[in-house]
Amino acid sequence: MNVTILLLTLLVGAIATYISGKKPAAKVALLFGLVAFVETIVLICQHNAGTDAGYMTQWISNPNIHIALKADGLALALTLLTTALTPIIIFSSFGDHIEKSNIFYSLVMFMSFAMTGTFLAADGLLYYVFWELSLLPIYFIALLWGNDTFEVRKKAILKFFIYTFAGSLFMLVGFIYLYSKTGSFLLQDLYNARLTGTEQYWVFLAFFLAYAIKIPVFPFHTWQASTYEKAPTVGTMLLAGIMLKMGLYSVIRWQIPITPIAAKEVMPTILVLSIIGVVYGSIVALKQANIKRFFAYSSLAHVGLIAAGAYTLTLDGMKGAVLQMIAHGFVIVGLFFVGEIIYRRYQTRMIGEMGGIRQQAPKFASIFMILMFASIGLPGTFSFIGEFNILYGLSQINLWYAVIGGTTLIFGAFYMLRMFQKAMLGETNAKPFADLNTKESIILGVLAIVIIFLGIYPKPLADLITPSLVEIVSYIK
Amino acid sequence: MDTNVILLLLLVPLLGSLVNIFFGKKLGNGSGIIATLAVLISFIVTVVAFVQVNGTKTPIQGNLFEWIAVEKFSISFGFLLDQLSLLWLLFVTGIGTLIHLYSTSYMKGDENYGKYFGYLNLFIFFMIILVAGSNLLITFIGWEGVGLCSYLLIGFWHKNQDYNDAAKKAFIMNRIGDLGFLIGVFILAFLFHSLDYMTIKTALMSGTNHQINTWIGCAALAIFIGAIGKSAQIPLYTWLPDAMAGPTPVSALIHAATMVTAGIFLITRLNFVFDLAPLVQDTIAIVGAFTALFAASIGLVQNDIKKVLAYSTVSQLGLMFMAIGFGAYEVAVFHVITHAFFKACLFLGSGSVIHAMGGEQDMRRMGGLDKYMKVTYITFLIATAAISGFPFLSGFFSKDEILMVAFEHNKALYIIGSIASIMTAFYMFRLVFLTFKKGFRGTQEQKNHLHESPISMTLPLIVLAVLSIFGGLISWPGSSWLNQYLQPVIVKSAANHPHALGFEAYMLMGVATVGFLIGLIWAFRKYIQKAQVPQEDDKITGFHKVLYNKYYIDEIYDKLFVKPIYIIATFFRDVVEVALSGAVFGLGKIADELSLQGKKAQNGNIGLYLFAFVFGICLLLYYLFIAR
Amino acid sequence: MENVIEIIGIDKYIYLSIILFCIGVFGILYRRNAIVMFMCIEIMLNSANMLLVAFSTFHQDAEGQVFVFFTMAVAAAEVAVGLAILVTIYRNIGSIDIDKLKNLKG
Repeated sequence: MNVTILLLTLLVGAIATYISGKKPAAKVALLFGLVAFVETIVLICQHNAGTDAGYMTQWISNPNIHIALKADGLALALTLLTTALTPIIIFSSFGDHIEKSNIFYSLVMFMSFAMTGTFLAADGLLYYVFWELSLLPIYFIALLWGNDTFEVRKKAILKFFIYTFAGSLFMLVGFIYLYSKTGSFLLQDLYNARLTGTEQYWVFLAFFLAYAIKIPVFPFHTWQASTYEKAPTVGTMLLAGIMLKMGLYSVIRWQIPITPIAAKEVMPTILVLSIIGVVYGSIVALKQANIKRFFAYSSLAHVGLIAAGAYTLTLDGMKGAVLQMIAHGFVIVGLFFVGEIIYRRYQTRMIGEMGGIRQQAPKFASIFMILMFASIGLPGTFSFIGEFNILYGLSQINLWYAVIGGTTLIFGAFYMLRMFQKAMLGETNAKPFADLNTKESIILGVLAIVIIFLGIYPKPLADLITPSLVEIVSYIK
Repeated sequence: MDTNVILLLLLVPLLGSLVNIFFGKKLGNGSGIIATLAVLISFIVTVVAFVQVNGTKTPIQGNLFEWIAVEKFSISFGFLLDQLSLLWLLFVTGIGTLIHLYSTSYMKGDENYGKYFGYLNLFIFFMIILVAGSNLLITFIGWEGVGLCSYLLIGFWHKNQDYNDAAKKAFIMNRIGDLGFLIGVFILAFLFHSLDYMTIKTALMSGTNHQINTWIGCAALAIFIGAIGKSAQIPLYTWLPDAMAGPTPVSALIHAATMVTAGIFLITRLNFVFDLAPLVQDTIAIVGAFTALFAASIGLVQNDIKKVLAYSTVSQLGLMFMAIGFGAYEVAVFHVITHAFFKACLFLGSGSVIHAMGGEQDMRRMGGLDKYMKVTYITFLIATAAISGFPFLSGFFSKDEILMVAFEHNKALYIIGSIASIMTAFYMFRLVFLTFKKGFRGTQEQKNHLHESPISMTLPLIVLAVLSIFGGLISWPGSSWLNQYLQPVIVKSAANHPHALGFEAYMLMGVATVGFLIGLIWAFRKYIQKAQVPQEDDKITGFHKVLYNKYYIDEIYDKLFVKPIYIIATFFRDVVEVALSGAVFGLGKIADELSLQGKKAQNGNIGLYLFAFVFGICLLLYYLFIAR
Repeated sequence: MENVIEIIGIDKYIYLSIILFCIGVFGILYRRNAIVMFMCIEIMLNSANMLLVAFSTFHQDAEGQVFVFFTMAVAAAEVAVGLAILVTIYRNIGSIDIDKLKNLKG
């Protein structure tokens, strides 16, 4: 089996969901999502057994473009994140009233398809196509099914779209320049492009704009909070859980190995920016009233640390970054779902209007707490593994990076516990709060188990990604 | 076999915890029994392992699996049961069992009875991980894990936001220390490419590379910061008194006997690192001595029975750190153990009092309780005598040894320590006199409610009181079993060069006894003979008020750190965010403006279009054929 | 038979077609009546046609003349469409002065 089948499953899933009509749409999407997940597991097993599941064929002969899909450990790990979260995200919206649900779920599946493609693509242009394709569904999901009035959310969503799209165009320019140099878009050829220092510098910058906006790195983050707030929760989960990782993944897969000299040169600047993002995001989160904005800024802090890890250019930092990407994906999806559950009961996203929930819903409170502590990076949860690796990588470059970046330990605890106290603790809330129903328990339970299991035994994932990262690091040296 | 022992030790409390958290509601009173049994089994396993290790002199080790791998080394999920960790495990699980037993009565009727025991078991589980970890990162799991349990248990009654504030504060302050711990881990990893205690020890023992000494100092300092957070020393001590918001058995177990001594455990574990950093050791001694004095002085005037004990704990921990600073690890460990006995006894006793008083904690509302609660009174008195340094009780020996070490190294710190000890004697007897002597000052309703606690609560008190009396025997001056026992794990062991008891030692014992008497008589005159009762809050003035308000440290921290962060947060949210967002919109505006200007050229005049067209063609032709 | 081009000379044809073309261009720029502008366009087209024919004869190659036929056919079609448009405009506005046609204003 090779990865095209996985991509086709997702694409067919999107079409089938659209055709199936409004009622069964969610179930059809879930079914295809689960099939894709199983296929990913099979692919990973195959990969571990030594079979290459990649695929390559000529697409257009002039210009020289291939349909090249590379299924190494790194790509498969991120694919796993996508295909594991997609069914969870779809399932989380079961029971919600969604108008034109077949189009909605079809877009979700299509987005999953495009993101998987982005992770697997090994040809620059194909990668770019997938990259941009993934932007379309989220634009419509956020615009048509979002919160607030249409006019208000249009402003935020349009900003997001144009901002990220404009950034990506610079990446396209970078690719075209690379093509003019090498005559190929293939990843491997680009790795071996042998650019001069100045050329690398410009290509690096072109890529950086695209990635810095997508990740987002401070100060390119202004689209994030408003988009998260306005998008429907499913969209927010897709954005925060998977789409942010496209940027981070691309840094490791494309940017750094193609332009190693430039990366080494500007590394300190970018590390400083990323670490500013960590502190800045944490501090801004303290004063957020809307729980989705709150999680958005906590995400900003977390991805700042991940970006710092990726830009350390060391194996440890990058490994931590990849592990943390996956951990953050699971945790943030869980947290947004928690926010959604509160919204379902109380019709509010304002932290100040919550409170006293733990008394009424102990199960919910416990899982919320697990997710919260995972987000803080408590040892024993998956986030700690990534955080430790990243901070260790940073400390090996310069201890001060680790010290300042490590303040996330303190600030993270500060804003998270503060939010938790306001939202969950205190005198029993006058409004009743029903504890988790079966569906919600399954979703949050699965997330909690994954987070804790991988926190104690991260070896399978770490072993999966390490060889690819070793290869990438070898291009840097 | 070894792995099985470790697994049994770990999994039983974890299992107990999970059962209680998930099925606590259904189990009812059974959950208390299950939890107590779980810890009891751990205790028995510990005793078996202790006997084995004490006999064979070889530690029990086991690596379960590889946990985290970095480029240069990998960290396994490994455990090491050597003399030091077993000693800690003995009193953690031992006192833990007693406190679980105590809790079965104390917490009876609480709506979250099952969950309470779940958390308590979880705490024991993490404490075992902390103590038994074979490398720094496993210890770190336990380190943060006990912090988590501490958070959960301080805020156990989560309806009260003040308690939640206390829990949050404890967790965050601990986290500051944890960052220090982690930085220390990074430096050690950088130096030795390993986090394994044994490997680091061997590396340090074999090579005497003086180049790395500065880094070793940094590592030691960073880890000491971690210890400061967990063991509540200046400047991170303020969480511990607030932590008394939790149920009293929790205060006894976590915030007196076990978790707060983790800092001392860690430094003792890494004694070979700290030995190489004399400057850091001096810092530790000074911080410890000042904490001891500072906390004791606050303890003099507190009226909340648990607050007094909390400041006493901070003060005693300070003394332990002072001993560690002088390189006398065995002495610190000795005091940790005796302190665990008598402080647990005191806390449980105060819990018994609070239980009888129906939740009242203010000593000004108590008095004369000795008539109603004989067992509590007697055990409390024994523990008080022990902590104050009544000759030949456990506290006398351990505290005396600390002061003796201080006398050898630094006379000024010795004096500070002695003053702290006198204060301890004073405020402890003040506590006893105010609580148990003279007439009852509470309401009539409370008076009718007064009763001795049930056997499950008094039994732990009796056991702990007995241990408080005889605990000193493990390190009898001159021929210390403890020093011998700890010899393999402490590099500069005292057992290697035992010194005979000279005149000086007897003199210091005498001085200590006199100090104890001063404190006792001072308290006796004030609260028995003159029968004073501390003033109400609004009548306190002068320096007394400063002390009563804990030197306003909380307020200062609030003004210095918390408020500015909120101000910055607001500034970032309202100004920087808006500005950044404005910049992005600004780019959009520029594009908009450009297109507006360009629109003007499209005025619909076909003649102009044609002219532009022809002109353009001409330019093109000019460029293509003539300009070339 | 002697080639007519050799008698008169190719350069004369080129000059003539340049003159014709320029007349067309200036006519377009100067006149405001759409019909006259159409005629000017035709002049420009025919100047190009003439040049094609002249070179075709000069090179003894019929390909150029084939092009001319195509051009004329296309021009005829274009005139038909263009005039139809003009007629419609005239019916609607009552004028074919291009200064009055400003609906393309952006």
